[in-house]
Amino acid sequence: MSPALMRVLRVVVLLSAVRGAPLATVTLPPVILEPVPLEPVPVPSEPVRVDSGADQNISIPINTEQQQQQQQQVSLDVDVMLTGELNPNHYPARRAAQVVLHHLNTRYGSPYWWGALRQVHKATAEALGDSGRKYSLEVTLQDQISGTKETCTAEVVFPGGPAGGPPQVTTSYEGKSEINTQAQEEALYNQYNTSQNLLSGHNLPDSYGHVAPGMEPFWHLGGVASSFVMLKESSENTLYNMAQVVSVTQLATENNQLRFNYDVLLHEMVSQEIIHWKLLASWSPQEGVKASQMELLPKCHHCEPPQEH
Amino acid sequence: MGVCVCVCVCVCVCVCVCVLMCVCVNGCVCVCVCACVRACVRVFTRHQVLRISAKDELQLSALRDLEALDHLQLDIWIGVRDVSTPVDIRVPAFSLSTVKSHLDYYEIQYSIMIRDLQVHDSIYNFQDMLVSENPNLVSKIVIGRSYEGRPINVLKFSTGGTSRPAIWLDTGIHSREWVTQASGTWFAKNIVDTYGKDQVLTAILDKMDIFLEIVTNPDGFAYTHSKNRMWRKTRKPNPGSSCVGVDPNRNWDAGFGGAGASSSPCSETYRGPSANSESEVKAIVDFVKSHGNMKAFVSIHAYSQMLLFPYGFTKSPARDHGELNELAKKAITNLASLYGTRYRYGSIINTIYQASGGTIDWTYDQGIKYSYTFELRDTGRYGFILPANQILPTAKETWLALMTIMDHSSRNSY
Repeated sequence: MSPALMRVLRVVVLLSAVRGAPLATVTLPPVILEPVPLEPVPVPSEPVRVDSGADQNISIPINTEQQQQQQQQVSLDVDVMLTGELNPNHYPARRAAQVVLHHLNTRYGSPYWWGALRQVHKATAEALGDSGRKYSLEVTLQDQISGTKETCTAEVVFPGGPAGGPPQVTTSYEGKSEINTQAQEEALYNQYNTSQNLLSGHNLPDSYGHVAPGMEPFWHLGGVASSFVMLKESSENTLYNMAQVVSVTQLATENNQLRFNYDVLLHEMVSQEIIHWKLLASWSPQEGVKASQMELLPKCHHCEPPQEH
Repeated sequence: MGVCVCVCVCVCVCVCVCVLMCVCVNGCVCVCVCACVRACVRVFTRHQVLRISAKDELQLSALRDLEALDHLQLDIWIGVRDVSTPVDIRVPAFSLSTVKSHLDYYEIQYSIMIRDLQVHDSIYNFQDMLVSENPNLVSKIVIGRSYEGRPINVLKFSTGGTSRPAIWLDTGIHSREWVTQASGTWFAKNIVDTYGKDQVLTAILDKMDIFLEIVTNPDGFAYTHSKNRMWRKTRKPNPGSSCVGVDPNRNWDAGFGGAGASSSPCSETYRGPSANSESEVKAIVDFVKSHGNMKAFVSIHAYSQMLLFPYGFTKSPARDHGELNELAKKAITNLASLYGTRYRYGSIINTIYQASGGTIDWTYDQGIKYSYTFELRDTGRYGFILPANQILPTAKETWLALMTIMDHSSRNSY
C-alpha cells in the first residue's frame, strides 16, 4: 500500500472518530458481565407489619434451615406501613411514584420517549384491608430524551394477600403533548423494517456510559420494554431502574411490528441486586411498545464468563 | 486501457484496523474491498501512557489538536509546552488506535511509557505524583491492605500542626460507583490547586487536616474493570458458600445484625460474619479510633442524588438531627447552584431505606457529629455507568456541598 494511501486511511480513521459516527451495527468492546447463572433469585418477600411505633432495631431471626439454604435473602423492610399524608421526599412515596413511571412507559414509551420520575409533590396512603394498600400521588415526570416535563395525578394499588400480584396503576396523564417524535419514529421504523441486516448490539451503555448515537433509540427501547418487567415486579419494598442493556438482537418483523430480543440488567435499589431478564420487545409507531416472553435468568455466583476477544 | 486510480474510503471503529484492497478491472472500474481486522486485542482492556516528543511547531500544533478532542478522554499528565519537553498522556484503551494513527500521520515520535496501565494503578500513580509535587501539603498514609493484598491509601492534606481536628472523605467503598472514585481524584487535585487561592478552603486547612481515601474498595474496583462492571462488595470468599464478598457498608459496628442487611453471603447487602470482618473496613475503624480527633466524616456513594445523615439502622432520630438537617439543606442548595442538579436530603432510614451496619451510623456514634453520606448522580437513567462527560460537573457541584459541610465543621468546633 502506498504511503499516500496510508495517509488517507489514517486521516479517515481520525475523521471518523472525530465525527463520532460509527455504524449502527458496530460491535463495541465487550464488557464482561456476571454470566449466565444457575440458581433462581427469589422475589422480595412481603414486609413484616409492625403495629406500634416501637424501636425499629429488631433482628429478623433466620431460624429455619430452609431459609438459610436460600441463596439470596432480601432484607425485610420492618416498618410501620404509613397511612395518611406521606412526606413526598421519603422513600415510601418515591417507590410508589416510580411504579407510576413504569406504568406510563408501558403505555406511552417508544425509542423516542422514555419517562422518568422527576418529583413527587403530594402523596397519601391508605389501607384497603385484604385488598392491599393504595397510594394517591401527584408527580412530575420527565421524558429523559427531550427533557419535557409534565405533572399528573395517579393511584397505585399494591395488592394484598399472599398471592401478591403486580401493582395496578391509573393516572390522569393523557399522552405526550408534543407529537414531534412521530417523524423520528416513522423514520426509525422504516429504516429497520426494510433493512436487510438485522440490528444487534450490546452493552448499552458500555462501562463508561457511552452509547453510539445510532444505538440510542435501542437503549431507550430497552428501557421502555424493561418497564413491563419492572412494573410487574414492583412492590412497596422495591425501586427498580434498568442498569444496562446487555444485548439486543433484532428478529424478523411480524404483524408489522419490529421485534427485538433483549437481555437486560435491572438494578433493584432496596436489595441492591442486579437482576438479569430476557424479554421480547415488539414495537411500531402505531402500536407502541409491547413486551412478552419475559424470563428471569438466575444469578451464577461463581462461574467466570468466557473471555471475549 | 488507461491507468485506474482507486480512491476508497473505509470507515472503521477505532478498535479495528482497516485493510484496503483495490482491484482494477476492465474499463477502469474500481472494486474496493474494506475488511476490518481486529488488531491488538489487549488494547481493549488496557490503557497506555504515551511519552510524546514533538520536534517542531507543526507537531506541537498537532498535539494541541489532539488534546482538544474531548471524546478521546485523554488524561494529560504533562501537557504540551515546547519542543524540548516531552508530553505524557494517559490514553484510554478505546482511543489508543486513534491517537497512534494521529501521531503516525504527523510522524511524531512517541514511546509507550506504561504499556498496561490498569485504571486503579493509574490512581495509585496519581496519588504518588500528587505527593511528590506537593510535599508541603500532601502526604500518603497506607492504613491497611485489602483482602487481595492491595494497599489501602489515604491522602493527608495538612498545613502542619499535630493531631489537628480533621475531616475524612472517602469514595469508592462500593466499587461499581465509578463516578465516586473519579470525583475523589478530582477533589485531591482541586485541593492542591486551590489551597492558597480559595479563601474558605485555605481557612479550613489552616485549622484542620483533610484525609481522603479515594479507592476504599480496591479489590472490588479491580474486579469491576476485569470481570464484572456491576460488582459492589469486597472480594473476600465466604467459607461454605460459592458466593464472594461482603457489603462494606453493612459491615460496621452500628446496629450490626439488625434489619437492613442480609445474612446471606450471596446477597449484595451481606453484612459479613461479624462487624469489621473486612480489612477494608477495619483499616478505617482503626485509623479513626487512633486519630481520635475527627470532626466530620463523609462517605461518598452513587447513585440517587441524595445527601444523607444518621441513622440508617433505626428510626430514632439522631440527637443532632435538627442541625444535620439544616446543614444538609444548605449543602444541597449550594450544590444545585452550579448546574441545577436536584438533591433530596434527610436521614438514611427515611430517605432511602433501612440499612444496618452502615459507615456513618458508626462514625456518628463515635462522636463524629458531622457524619454524612452522599449519593451522587444520576437518578437512574445511567445509574452506575455515568458517562465521562458528567464526571467533572458531578465532582465540581459535589465539592460545593463538601465545602459547605467542611466550612461549618471548621466554624463549629465541639
